[in-house]
Amino acid sequence: MTMLESSNLSRRGFLAGLGGMSFAVAIGSDGASLFADAHAQGAARAINAWVRIAPDGVVTIYSAGAEMGQGSKTSLPMILAEEMDADWSKVVIEMAPADRDVYGYTFNNERGMSIVGSRAVMLYFNDLRMAGAQVRKVLIQNAAQQWGADAKTLRTEPGFVINPANGQKLSYGDIAAKGSIPDPLPKVEASELKPRSQWRMIGRGVARRDTPAKVNGSAIYAMDVKLPGMVYATAIHAPVHTGKPVEWNDAEIRKLPGVLDTVRLSNGVAIVAASFLEARAASEKLNVKWDAGAAGSFDSDAALENYVKVHNDPKANVFSIEKKGDINAAFTAAAKKFKADYRADYGYHAQMEPLNAVVRIADDGGSAEVWEGTQAPDFTRDEVAKALGLPPQAVTVHQCYMGGGFGRRTLGDYAAECAVIAKQVKRPVKLIWTREEDMAFGMFRPAAFQCLEAAQDATGKVTGWKHCVVGDGGVLLHTGIRIPYYDLPNLDIERRGVSHGIRLKHWRAVGHVFNVFAIESLVDEMAVEAKMDPIQFRIERMAAIPKLRRCFEQVAKMCDWNAPRPAGRALGVSLSERSNSLGAGVVEISLDRETGKIKVHKVWISVDGGVIVTPGPAKANVESGIIYGLSGLLHERITIKDGVVQQSNFHDYPLMRMSDLPEVMEVSFIESDQRPTGLGEIGNPFLGAAIANAFYRLTGKRIRHLPFTPERVLETLKA
Amino acid sequence: MVSFNLNGRAVSVDAKPDTPLLWVIRDQIGLTGTKYGCGAGLCGACTIHINGEALRSCQTLASEAAGKNVTTIEGLSPNSSHPLQKAWVRHEVPQCGYCQSGQIMKAAELLAKTPKPTREQIVQHMDGNICRCGTYHNIIAAIETASKEG
Repeated sequence: MTMLESSNLSRRGFLAGLGGMSFAVAIGSDGASLFADAHAQGAARAINAWVRIAPDGVVTIYSAGAEMGQGSKTSLPMILAEEMDADWSKVVIEMAPADRDVYGYTFNNERGMSIVGSRAVMLYFNDLRMAGAQVRKVLIQNAAQQWGADAKTLRTEPGFVINPANGQKLSYGDIAAKGSIPDPLPKVEASELKPRSQWRMIGRGVARRDTPAKVNGSAIYAMDVKLPGMVYATAIHAPVHTGKPVEWNDAEIRKLPGVLDTVRLSNGVAIVAASFLEARAASEKLNVKWDAGAAGSFDSDAALENYVKVHNDPKANVFSIEKKGDINAAFTAAAKKFKADYRADYGYHAQMEPLNAVVRIADDGGSAEVWEGTQAPDFTRDEVAKALGLPPQAVTVHQCYMGGGFGRRTLGDYAAECAVIAKQVKRPVKLIWTREEDMAFGMFRPAAFQCLEAAQDATGKVTGWKHCVVGDGGVLLHTGIRIPYYDLPNLDIERRGVSHGIRLKHWRAVGHVFNVFAIESLVDEMAVEAKMDPIQFRIERMAAIPKLRRCFEQVAKMCDWNAPRPAGRALGVSLSERSNSLGAGVVEISLDRETGKIKVHKVWISVDGGVIVTPGPAKANVESGIIYGLSGLLHERITIKDGVVQQSNFHDYPLMRMSDLPEVMEVSFIESDQRPTGLGEIGNPFLGAAIANAFYRLTGKRIRHLPFTPERVLETLKA
Repeated sequence: MVSFNLNGRAVSVDAKPDTPLLWVIRDQIGLTGTKYGCGAGLCGACTIHINGEALRSCQTLASEAAGKNVTTIEGLSPNSSHPLQKAWVRHEVPQCGYCQSGQIMKAAELLAKTPKPTREQIVQHMDGNICRCGTYHNIIAAIETASKEG
């Protein structure tokens, strides 16, 4: 039962007990710098080793890639191992400690470890290559010294330094056993990195290290952690997101079997019991008087219609996202103008593992450990520390596999909640939110209303573009709203914010889901009006940049764009964009006019994601984005009445199943030498417009409100 | 007290007869490969076998296992050598992995009864098991591989 504890002990033993070399790396805004271990230990803060080479040749590399299924836990160390020319069969991967100052990437001038926005490979790629190259340089210098050779004449093969002049070989383990690490470490220039032609792993990939444990039940998620003396908690949160508990039938609850304690939370009540089932059974008897707060009368359908009024209100508070050129002149001079509205409902993450965490506080209260599957171990550390009144350094985060993330697991919120409970009950606690709780107290992809307008000049070129998004959620609303891939002269892009108190969060590409849907739907309307091929229209009239043009050209080949389709089928096309990647996708759909069910038969997408580091997982990530996207578009809808979420589990929030799988799903990457860009969410944003545009070709009707549930499709057909 | 055979070994657990078997297996016996996903028989993450039949353990009472052979992912093979597990590795099926124990157990029931399933039979059999990462196409490919090589 204490498997985790023993593995931690053995890890500490490994780090402390064996000789060898260890390197600590701090990744700064100017790239990676490496310290010898002695230097690191002499520094003010304790810095853990990033790379360790043991005398037996085992290379331990920390991974900062929180693993939610995308494969970063394997791919990040592989990048470093490539440049240091490690023998991959001797590489052991451990999760990096939750210390952003040492292991964080730099993004927008801030250090962070959040694995969000498909950024892991993109943001760590250059730094990890530099770090690996620096380790390799030290190993070569040591061998040169030992042989009395010129370091410049030596080369490496996986796990060895070689002297080509006489065939001498030294293993990395042997070097580590006797070698020394200069302080400061030698500098590495970008020109010293391996040229692409010499890559052994980048571009080919390696087997994911998490696969074996995920086919025999041994992969450990936080849900699976069990500590000595641990008790179980479940939490019931306010049914209205802004609510707070006033009082509850505490005496009655405390008498129920197994119940050990109840804990008042800022937004709910936790019940602690000897087993999860007893905690859950007691939670079903819990009768809480709530103060509903500001969202008590919230109605999601009414709110969406209110957004229309906000858009029409000249006094509304406007946040400008981008202004370019002279938008008024473009519209005044326009030969033709277009205007269309689009809507989107709330969406729920539905990661397969309901949210949970385990917290153990030391007897003296001076330190704590947390086990969580988190996209952001650094934020978990901060939030748990804050909840316990401890400095962040006093909190150790044991990163577990995540049963899905999709943007929900970056706040440390439920870990902090577990810490509050553990502090009160003075025992290690596992907190599990039930699926019902996970959904009711979810943090949703925001609902949105959008109005788009476009102006064309006399030659038909699009010269003016206005996009206004209205809703709650701040920056969540405007990811994917800018259109740098279309080189248009006059732009006015804005957000009009409304505040409801409904909990909102990133959701696999979040704003791209509805923004790209709206953008590419309007472009399609203009192409139809111009009687032009929609791809040609984008290139000629929207001034698609070359990178996007290549994606369209490739996907057109993949799907044989101009070939006739079977009766009752139609194609739709849209661009895709996310985290510096660009793509173009096509779907082939049919429609059951009786039931309103849209069937997506085939999906093709061409993606420019820069250098593809691990082709297998890269493709799997795009495919996963496609399935997640289709599920959200065709099945999933959160509605809220009287402030309360109406859905509770997978019977009324259905997810896509195997029988809905497209018959064909083809992913193709554009050949590129550019730095890798994000792939975890590029499979998602194009689907809304591609389906809606195909729907128009089948029916002559525009579907402007997502998701495209059968009821909504039937309404659209009748309209 | 409930007694049954778990992965080839006799076990007796101090559990009330109406306890869902999922929690007996996970929290009392300590085999955590079987997962809690929805608690309502809707997702399949908790799929196990009782006398060879794939069941949702969150909807199965401990008493229903009494005296029977219960198999979890940990007992499917001693060393990940079941043809499905090998095929799962070869096709690198899992992403987050949380649903995969249930997927494999559900697929194992299919191959035991229908060693050479058609694609339609695979889809029909597996349709109750949700994978939020969308690995469905790789699950189908892995089952087809296992059925050829198993």
